[in-house]
Amino acid sequence: MSFVFLIFLPLLAALFIPLLFKKLGKVHTGWFVLIVPVALFIYYASLLPTTIDGGNLVSEFQWIPSLDIAFVAYIDGLSLLFTLLITGIGALVVLYSIFYLDKHREQLHNFYVYLLMFMTAMLGIVQSDHLITLYLFWELTSISSFLLIGYWYTRDRSRFGALKSMMITVFGGLMMLGGFVLLSIMGNTYSIRELIPQAPEMVSHDFFIWALVLVLLGAFTKSAQFPFYIWLPDAMEAPTPVSAYLHSATMVKAGLYLVARLTPVFVISGTWMWLVAGVGLFTMFWGSFFALKQKDLKGILAFSTVSQLGLIMSLLGASAAGYHVDNIAETTFKYAGFAAIFHLINHAVFKGSLFMIAGIVDHETGTRDIRKLGGLMSLMPISFTVAMIGAFSMAGLPPFGGFLSKEMFLTAMLSLTEFDLFSMDVWGVLFPIVAWLGSVFTFIYSFYFVFHTFAGKHKPDQLPKPAHEAPIGMLISPVFLALLVVVIFFIPNLVGDWLVKPAVMAIQPFLYSSPGEVDIHVSAWHGFNTELFMTLGIFAVGGLMYWTLRKWQKSYDRFPDSVSLNALYDNLMFLSDSGANRFSMLYMTGFIRSYLVYMFSFVIFILLGTLYLAEAFAFDVSNLAPVGFYEIVILVALIGSTLTILFSKSRLTAIIALGAVGYSVALFFVIFRAPDLALTQLVIETISVALFLLAFYHLPQISRKEERMRFRFGNALVALGVGITMTLVALSAHSQKALPSISEFYKETVYSEAGGGNIVNVILVDYRGFDTLFEIAVLGIAGIGIITMIKLRLTKKEGQHENK
Amino acid sequence: MRTNDVMLQTATKVVTFIILMFAVHIFFAGHYTPGGGFVGGLLTTSAIVLLMLAFDIETVKKILPINYVTMTAVGLLLALATAAASIIFDVPFFTHAYDYFDLPLFGKTSLHSALLFDVGVYLVVVGVTMTIIQTIGEDE
Repeated sequence: MSFVFLIFLPLLAALFIPLLFKKLGKVHTGWFVLIVPVALFIYYASLLPTTIDGGNLVSEFQWIPSLDIAFVAYIDGLSLLFTLLITGIGALVVLYSIFYLDKHREQLHNFYVYLLMFMTAMLGIVQSDHLITLYLFWELTSISSFLLIGYWYTRDRSRFGALKSMMITVFGGLMMLGGFVLLSIMGNTYSIRELIPQAPEMVSHDFFIWALVLVLLGAFTKSAQFPFYIWLPDAMEAPTPVSAYLHSATMVKAGLYLVARLTPVFVISGTWMWLVAGVGLFTMFWGSFFALKQKDLKGILAFSTVSQLGLIMSLLGASAAGYHVDNIAETTFKYAGFAAIFHLINHAVFKGSLFMIAGIVDHETGTRDIRKLGGLMSLMPISFTVAMIGAFSMAGLPPFGGFLSKEMFLTAMLSLTEFDLFSMDVWGVLFPIVAWLGSVFTFIYSFYFVFHTFAGKHKPDQLPKPAHEAPIGMLISPVFLALLVVVIFFIPNLVGDWLVKPAVMAIQPFLYSSPGEVDIHVSAWHGFNTELFMTLGIFAVGGLMYWTLRKWQKSYDRFPDSVSLNALYDNLMFLSDSGANRFSMLYMTGFIRSYLVYMFSFVIFILLGTLYLAEAFAFDVSNLAPVGFYEIVILVALIGSTLTILFSKSRLTAIIALGAVGYSVALFFVIFRAPDLALTQLVIETISVALFLLAFYHLPQISRKEERMRFRFGNALVALGVGITMTLVALSAHSQKALPSISEFYKETVYSEAGGGNIVNVILVDYRGFDTLFEIAVLGIAGIGIITMIKLRLTKKEGQHENK
Repeated sequence: MRTNDVMLQTATKVVTFIILMFAVHIFFAGHYTPGGGFVGGLLTTSAIVLLMLAFDIETVKKILPINYVTMTAVGLLLALATAAASIIFDVPFFTHAYDYFDLPLFGKTSLHSALLFDVGVYLVVVGVTMTIIQTIGEDE
């Protein structure tokens, strides 16, 4: 089956959403949408047996064969894992959204169209083997994320957040495109699979380091790594189902996917390892540290997501170490890759449930401000339990899935101290220390999130709505995810064999030839070792610091807002906005005469420059026809009427003289035997004179004011220059023929191939039909322009109002 | 621009039809002799402009209740569809097809898909020029 088309199934379904919303508005549109991810999940789950054995599937669809662009769906362990996450979490999120978004008040058709568009884009990213189509889907996720963040578009913060995320992720996407182009130049292919075997040769290429940095820029902006993470907290303005889906479980993991997917290409380079592991780990610490500053439930979760993404990123970076050592199975370097994928699954599960709980709290109490919340434990017992499971898993407590992957994370970070390449022997010791610090803060904010919301004193007077437990439908998804968190703890090796190991094989194909070779057994208890003592230390220090949180949390306010990254972004936006404005005001005078001077000067510059540089000037009179009486007469009329335009005192005379110029040119066409041109010119002239008269009729009648026009030397120079340039170009074009004239070709083929007799017209509709197509498109646009200028312009009164 | 010139109006009543017929002729003749969709469209426009000059916009609108914006859109779609139709037959974009047919009344006639494209051009040209003239003319 050509499953490449399944990528487009959500997009196809999106076409019917507005119709379903309009016609079957009584049923919540979400129920129809739900079918799509569920069906896809079931289908993709049926592919699992193939990847568990290390196999892969390819399905191809040629899109633009002439440019070598194709949709290639490549399913291996890594892409199938992501595919299942996208469709699985997608189904749960859609189910949750049915109860979260009211069918009477919300614009569900917009919401679900964007969501389905996103689903296609995301499936496309993780399945594409072709770099260009991958980029295409990548930008589509940015756009759908923009639309979803701005879903409540009447809110100021929503629009701001949407724009911010768009600016940052699209910037990264463009950088990444550059990286892809460099990769394809080096490897002479767009296919990732074909690039990987070439990695050893590419590393010495001049472009290699550029491609690496550019691709990482794309991954870091998308996965909210330091310093690009600032868009993610602002993206929390989106409806909570979107935050749970895009901004924690799937889209922000696209960067991780890209890093994982391209690890085999870049792994040889030490820069790769340093950048990915270093930036990732720093982000992990930074995110967890500032999560405690947040007062908004979703804000805490946003920073926690930033931190967790950094954690996974650093593990992916650390997994590069495995490439540089012999016999990886006997070292501790083997854990990083496994831990990365394992934690990715865990994070998707527990963070999804936490976001849904944050949404429930918001929905049932009317606020997300943690200072107003508290004591909800007895009112919302189910939500509390789910939140506790999710948060404890995040903090790394047993018996939850997060504990296992957190332990492996510490193992992987500790292993870096033993790595002796790329100056790791000196700096490697920093990794476990920063990881430990980050984990301590992770522990604290997890507790902060749960207990400041659900424990403590209930403050009903501060809540906009009296709090109560959420409806059962809204609880299904988070409860299901919370169950998964616990289940994963007890069957980690089944998850490992089915999902993690096949994915690890895709990240480290040079180490393993089948998933069975990934020799890792996850167990909750592995004796008294450094990791365990580190974990105990985290619990002890974290617990102590959480106990005293109220005393030191205020010190966060000492970080000034004016030197933050957000301020930098705001200033950059403001500067580019006002700077661009000021720059265009420099030359946009509002006078058409100024613009004509710019345009004509440029024409002179470029034409004369080309003539000079190409030494193309030639003057040859041997081939000229004699100048006859008629030509002279028309020429005199032409020049005479041109001068009349310049010196006439009334508009009417000027318009008629302008018409005369046009008619004289038409006469030239007649005597040079170009009936088509003459015909068109005549009609055009007639109509444009009529148009001119119409337009001038509406101009205000200003009383005559005699004023001698000042002689402007610059303008005269430009005018003279244009005349001379055109004369020179015409003479040169006539005097030399670099190529034989194309008219012979037209004469031969006009009847035999195009089935016509009039070359001019056949050129218009056939030979150069594209020109005509675009020309009429431009005509249409001009028509729209005129309508907007005349019909939709503001009257003076409205104009003043608009400026307020 | 309200005019009440009997001579102009009487002449217009006849001349408009002559121009219109000529426009149709020019349009169809285009493939073998001078003419085509562009000129045909312009001639049609000039006929309507003449009507507007002789009578006034309101009258002309009553005689010809055409939405020129829609006309433009239809023309653009038609042109694009003609160009794109070739994809269905698995030949490159914009490949035209033609053949000769024996039609009643016309005898041996060549039918060319370029004609459809030219109809598109014709509609766009008439649509846009009339849109411009009408919007400017109606503006107070």
